[in-house]
Amino acid sequence: MAKLTINDLKKIKEDVSKATSVRNMEETSVVTVHFGTCGIAAGARDVMNTLMNEITEADVHDVKVLSGGCLGMCSSEPNVTVQIKQDEPIIYQNIDGNKIRQIFKRHILKGEVQTEFALAKK
Amino acid sequence: MRELSLHIIDVAENGIKASADFIYIEVAEDIPENEFKIVIEDNGSGIPEEMLKNITDPFVTSRTERRVGMGLSLLKEASERCGGVFDIKSSDKGTIVTATFLHDHIDRAPLGDMTSTIMTLIIGNHGIDLEYKHIFNKKDFIFNTKDIKEVLDEVPITDPTVLGKLRTMVDEAVKKLKKGID
Ligand SMILES: Nc1ncnc2c1ncn2[C@@H]1O[C@H](COP(=O)(O)OP(=O)(O)OP(=O)(O)O)[C@@H](O)[C@H]1O
Ligand SMILES: [Mg+2]
Repeated sequence: MAKLTINDLKKIKEDVSKATSVRNMEETSVVTVHFGTCGIAAGARDVMNTLMNEITEADVHDVKVLSGGCLGMCSSEPNVTVQIKQDEPIIYQNIDGNKIRQIFKRHILKGEVQTEFALAKK
Repeated sequence: MRELSLHIIDVAENGIKASADFIYIEVAEDIPENEFKIVIEDNGSGIPEEMLKNITDPFVTSRTERRVGMGLSLLKEASERCGGVFDIKSSDKGTIVTATFLHDHIDRAPLGDMTSTIMTLIIGNHGIDLEYKHIFNKKDFIFNTKDIKEVLDEVPITDPTVLGKLRTMVDEAVKKLKKGID
């Protein structure tokens, strides 16, 4: 039976602990990628992969990523919800790798809501 | 779905919605037996008996956002189209979904990016534990978040940097498994 070795895992721990000893672990934003069947078929996992890469590259540690259920808007999947601190959550629609990159850089890092992809408010 | 690993996220998310805190995923490939098998097990609240009877009917769903549920019916259809068998068992202790396929069936979708499926389930669902077992011609690789969390200690497994490193390790381990290297 093959497994990851304890040594490999210890190395991950050391690398990450070193890099993050001074970091502020308080989460200030929550990003939810919606994983209903339609979202998954439309590419939610790719959106999640890109988001994880962006967070790693930017080396930020105050973004919490969640997987959410379906919002019932199948035709506009993948849907992603972004909430910064106590602000009103913004639902983004038809998201792909490029759009989530833009949302990450502008909305999550700088606080600028990307209205072009956001669900219009009633 | 384009990849069987996408069905796996879908079925696992059902268990998480049913308050499971442990998910077991098995992918078993047996080339001599020409079988491809997927097992997804959760310890959630289970499916009521009445509902279980016609669970793969798309009009059976407990969701309120829309009136059709597609996850299980899609997997059943995919499996049966490929000469396989779909089975679901459920009780108040949890649910087990099994889908088999003829390994060489022309319509069988590839497993695809299984490592992304695992990392996605881990990052998105804080607090659950997950075991992933990949069996290839009777040899296996096991990945269990409980073991990993023990070593990582105060470093969270949901940290994208941690998951990035785990991803590389799992990819390599599964590649080795398929090449028959110990
Ligand atoms: N593992 C499980 N534990 C408890 N209930 C489940 C489980 N899997 C399915 N169910 C129940 O069966 C229903 C149908 O599941 P299915 O995945 O086919 O569709 P859905 O989850 O409702 O919607 P969709 O998958 O299309 O987003 C669910 O709504 C849920 O009530
Ligand atoms: Mg479902």
